[in-house]
Amino acid sequence: MRARVYVTLKPSVFDPQGRVVAEALHTLGYGDVRDVRQGKFFEVELEGDDRASAEARVAEMAATLLANPVIESYRVEVL
Amino acid sequence: MTFAVIVFPGSNSDYDAFHAASAVVGAEASLVWHKDTSLGGADAVILPGGFAHGDYLRTGAIAKFSPIMAAVRAFAERGGPVLGICNGFQVLLEAGLLPGAMVRNRGIKFVSKMVPVRVDATDTPFTGACAAGQVLHMPIAHGEGNYFAEPAVIEALERDRQVVFRYVDETGQASAAGNPNGSINNIAGICNARRNVVGLMPHPERACEASLGSADGRLVLDSMVQAFAAGVAGGRSLA
Repeated sequence: MRARVYVTLKPSVFDPQGRVVAEALHTLGYGDVRDVRQGKFFEVELEGDDRASAEARVAEMAATLLANPVIESYRVEVL
Repeated sequence: MTFAVIVFPGSNSDYDAFHAASAVVGAEASLVWHKDTSLGGADAVILPGGFAHGDYLRTGAIAKFSPIMAAVRAFAERGGPVLGICNGFQVLLEAGLLPGAMVRNRGIKFVSKMVPVRVDATDTPFTGACAAGQVLHMPIAHGEGNYFAEPAVIEALERDRQVVFRYVDETGQASAAGNPNGSINNIAGICNARRNVVGLMPHPERACEASLGSADGRLVLDSMVQAFAAGVAGGRSLA
């Protein structure tokens, strides 16, 4: 079973890397770009086939290690 | 007095800290591998700078689970003095021993230079030998030193005088010009509520001898030795 975890900086945290990417896109002529937020994406391969249990365990992994709750939020998808 | 300097895979200021504590200050010092589970009866702990575990995932994110961190946490909870320098500060934040988090420097670049840093709290084991408001020149070398915490946390840190070090300009003011990385309120170092755990981004251990461009950082180590001596004289033992 595979789960996906998306980690992003909370809206209240300024993202210097996202800002630089947005500026680069402007330089390339993409003037319609308002903002870019950079994040992280994880694919987690799990044993077992219980989706609910997998979702709970991956959410726990995200809260413990994959994301820092002080500055980041996360979203889990089980495929 | 004995300092324990924790060595993570990727630490690179461990020997600088060891040298400053032993050869410069004249205390005992030992290097403690991150997989050890005991601090060996040390009186103070230094988490050194570097790139523990390659800074993979986030700075300090893997190091907080290193076996030695349980001993460091227990030592801190007993009131033992713990100093986190640069990456060591990032580890203390990830471990929840200090509040807040680090994000990428506002200007994106890795910043490596000597900076003026003002001591805003002298009632910690790491700043007792400093004068209030004294400006120390110490080097910074980091890509992620942009201190962030929610407004309520910042307010509490300021109210309880937990901001120990602040980036300043050459006139000693915490101005935008004196802020090298975008840290909120020019915060360069903080302590916990009990004041026995301090983290700072500047490197005192790299500024302990005039030949290195500044000997100001020695005050931080001297403060630790003084605090230990005062504790012994007062019949207190923290280890």
